[in-house]
Amino acid sequence: MADKKTLLRVAEILIDELKLEDVTPETFDPEVDLIDELGIDSMDLTTVVLVLQDEYGITIDEDDYPKLKNVKLIADYIEQKLKEK
Amino acid sequence: MNTVSSLLDKEWYERYKKISQLNIRSSIYDVTNNCNLRCKGCFFFSSDEHKKSPDEPDIKKWEAFVDKEKERGVNLAILIGGEPTLYLDRVEAFYKRLPTYCATNGIIKVPRDRFPDMMVGISLWGDEEDEKTLRGRDVFSISRKNYEGDQYTYYLYTITPKQIGKVETIIKKIRDAGLKVHMQLLSNDEGVDGFSWTENELAAIRAEMDDMLDRYPDTVISSKYYHEIITTGKMLGRPFGWNECPSVTKPLDKRNPQPKRLIEFIRWAADLQTMHRCCTSETRDCSTCKDGAAHMSWVMVNKRAHLRSAKDLQNWIEVYEMFAKLYKFIPW
Repeated sequence: MADKKTLLRVAEILIDELKLEDVTPETFDPEVDLIDELGIDSMDLTTVVLVLQDEYGITIDEDDYPKLKNVKLIADYIEQKLKEK
Repeated sequence: MNTVSSLLDKEWYERYKKISQLNIRSSIYDVTNNCNLRCKGCFFFSSDEHKKSPDEPDIKKWEAFVDKEKERGVNLAILIGGEPTLYLDRVEAFYKRLPTYCATNGIIKVPRDRFPDMMVGISLWGDEEDEKTLRGRDVFSISRKNYEGDQYTYYLYTITPKQIGKVETIIKKIRDAGLKVHMQLLSNDEGVDGFSWTENELAAIRAEMDDMLDRYPDTVISSKYYHEIITTGKMLGRPFGWNECPSVTKPLDKRNPQPKRLIEFIRWAADLQTMHRCCTSETRDCSTCKDGAAHMSWVMVNKRAHLRSAKDLQNWIEVYEMFAKLYKFIPW
């Protein structure tokens, strides 16, 4: 399970980059499906990935995009990548 | 924050789930530069696209090309031309490998023993008089006879301003032939006299299209939101144009910022090497382009923008369903 700080930061990046309204990092449900429920598409995800890569100094392969279905899974993915560094 | 499930009731949510998994990735292919008609207002010939590259004659190269397109992730081949049915071996190269839609003027019938369930879209440019003016002959009568009762065929009825008040006559003829119809508007690339739209005419045809959908729901494949978009040229207050069009060939798309666009979309010329800029002619004025598929796709790629309200999201679902029906991803 990812650290709360990572969860909040991922949510914040999503909100900022995709200009999501009526939500804060604290109220963002970390398990809500980004594609099915929020309508986020591959272009949106690419935008977010670029910011995450810069912020955490990791590389996110395009093949891994399907794994990044919600905030929790993204945070878990980031922490795993950081451990592997 | 709006989510899909917070906006939709159970019935709409079920409809949403059916289409949300489709993940359609289309590209467009000019099967040939040749045609058995020469229509006034056809973007392909009026912009000289047919002269840009020669046809690739080797069928083995077509087959290898389609295999590569499949590897690229394309799961819907939209065949246009020229007239694709002049080269059925090329059409077959697609049909045997990919879900395929074939646009045609309907003069030559696609042999159903060879293409049993290929979706066919017959172009229609108005009533018999309009067809004579724009296409030189009454193609509608021929295509109706050829395709009567065909369950995988629909008319792509390009409505002209001269059709206002007369659309029902056409719809009835199509219904009586046991076929379906989808409506779009003429862009009038060649500026044929009397065939350009005025604001009042667009408002009138929108009302007429809505009425047809209400009265012939088993024949007309459409949605009122699509009618709104195509007649006003606006979606959620945003005007259609070059900066918004989703149907631009990916490797040629240098727009910055990038709008929402079809994933990996390419329109290929019949030499299998040249790419055309977009799904229609690059000489067309994008701000007045009325291409139906481009406007449908414009809605479809902007799902998140339609999460403003339940009504907006329902509109998006209806347009997506319409597209999925027209290309046989879901039943009529």
